Amino acid sequence: MIYSDKVLEHFKKPHNQGVIADANAIGEVGNPVCGDVMKIYLKIEGEVIKDIKFETLGCAAAIAVSSVLTDLVRNKTLEQALQITKDKIVEDLGGLPAPKIHCSMLGVEALHDAIKNYKDKQK
Amino acid sequence: MKITYFDHSSTTPVDKKVLKEMLPYFSDDFGNASSLHSLGRMAAKAVEKSRVCVANFLNCSSDEIIFTSGSTESNNIVIKGIIKALDGKKKHIITSAIEHDSILEPYADLKKQGIEVTYIPVKGNGVVDIESLKKAIKKETILVSIMYANNEVGSIQPIAEIGKLLSKINHKIYFHTDATQAVNALPCDVKKLGVDYLSLSGHKIYGPKGVGALFVKSGSPLKALQLGGHQEKNLRSGTYNVPGIVGLGRAVELVEKDREKNNKKIDKLRKILIEKVLKNIPDTVLNTDILNALPSHAHFSFMGTEGESIMLALDFKGIEVSTGSACASGSLEPSGTLLAMGIKPETAHGSIRFSLGKENTIEDVDRVIKYLPGIISKFRKMNPLYKK
Repeated sequence: MIYSDKVLEHFKKPHNQGVIADANAIGEVGNPVCGDVMKIYLKIEGEVIKDIKFETLGCAAAIAVSSVLTDLVRNKTLEQALQITKDKIVEDLGGLPAPKIHCSMLGVEALHDAIKNYKDKQK
Repeated sequence: MKITYFDHSSTTPVDKKVLKEMLPYFSDDFGNASSLHSLGRMAAKAVEKSRVCVANFLNCSSDEIIFTSGSTESNNIVIKGIIKALDGKKKHIITSAIEHDSILEPYADLKKQGIEVTYIPVKGNGVVDIESLKKAIKKETILVSIMYANNEVGSIQPIAEIGKLLSKINHKIYFHTDATQAVNALPCDVKKLGVDYLSLSGHKIYGPKGVGALFVKSGSPLKALQLGGHQEKNLRSGTYNVPGIVGLGRAVELVEKDREKNNKKIDKLRKILIEKVLKNIPDTVLNTDILNALPSHAHFSFMGTEGESIMLALDFKGIEVSTGSACASGSLEPSGTLLAMGIKPETAHGSIRFSLGKENTIEDVDRVIKYLPGIISKFRKMNPLYKK
């Protein structure tokens, strides 16, 4: 099981790690029993994701997925953000070892959870 | 970058003295030990010399030693080979919940074939519960396999006590121990241990990879799994790995000679490591019961972290360790040993094993203490659930 250089780069220096104090949408998926928890904070202004931050408990792949996801999502509309697939995340990371592919799903799910959270509040 | 190596339970460097013995058998004295000509005889002589070394080490006769490719093979030969040899009889086999996969998987395979299997639980300190073993034995029981020392937390199993217990049962129960992790630190006299079979591996004891041995007590049942070359009394066919076998012989000699000295040195360093880790990193649990463990092991859980991340972050600083986290194993389950000890999955995920060796120094320990606290707090800060 070998990580790509891209995964290791993101793991070493994750982008957008932290908390948005005035986030207007938060998504969280995973479970410490499984060893992975991902939390996404969004600052949405007029359907555009102006800021995004993450907090993650997990392996290098989970952290790298979180990091690359924030890069992909920033300044996208909600519509565009929902189009991001796990394959796109894996591609941007220069691939993931087979047992780690599920980590990319975690990223997509955390983002969707956050956007759902936002939309629910708009209702 | 200087490498600080704390992963001796995974593998060890080949001792220079061992390497020196091995080198002539690659290109100069390269004969096939099964050939009758002089090059072959020279190789055969080296193999037999090594066999005597291993036999002396185990206090057995040299015709009770079979050379293999390592403990995984030794374990597979024993487990499957006994069942094959005792074919047709009612069978029940016993092992512990904390064995290496090279025991657990052959057992699982036999279970699928209809053989009854009992897994003996361990106590919170990772030591097999003898009372449960006593209760598990029945008249169909033909084999008990219990490791001498656990690879993850280093817990030492009461092999001699189990050997005695089994010898008092009024039908023969064959007893195997996987001694892979124990060889460096513990005496391996098969008579004192009361075992019928014992597995060991070269690369865990400053010998080469790809070579190991299996002790088979004279008269004990065993059928070969690998056929065709007639080596090792037909029990393990395949061209002799002459340099490897030579290395293994020298490695066990050195282990015996330096054991006490190395144990003392390693134990002392480990104590300092444990003390400093617990002092400098809050919310840390030591999973190794040092009163019942090899001197080499210090296994910790850092609450609110994930082990693979820690392992990689240490690796970036040139410090090599292992983890019991699911994320590093390729499966989604954390270490079975830790779960069997009653450790919660979320605690097991954040576990790191330090396994010390004879060349470690106090500077190595200091390097860990220089970097590890910062790494742990960085990951805890990143964890959305950890109370900051």
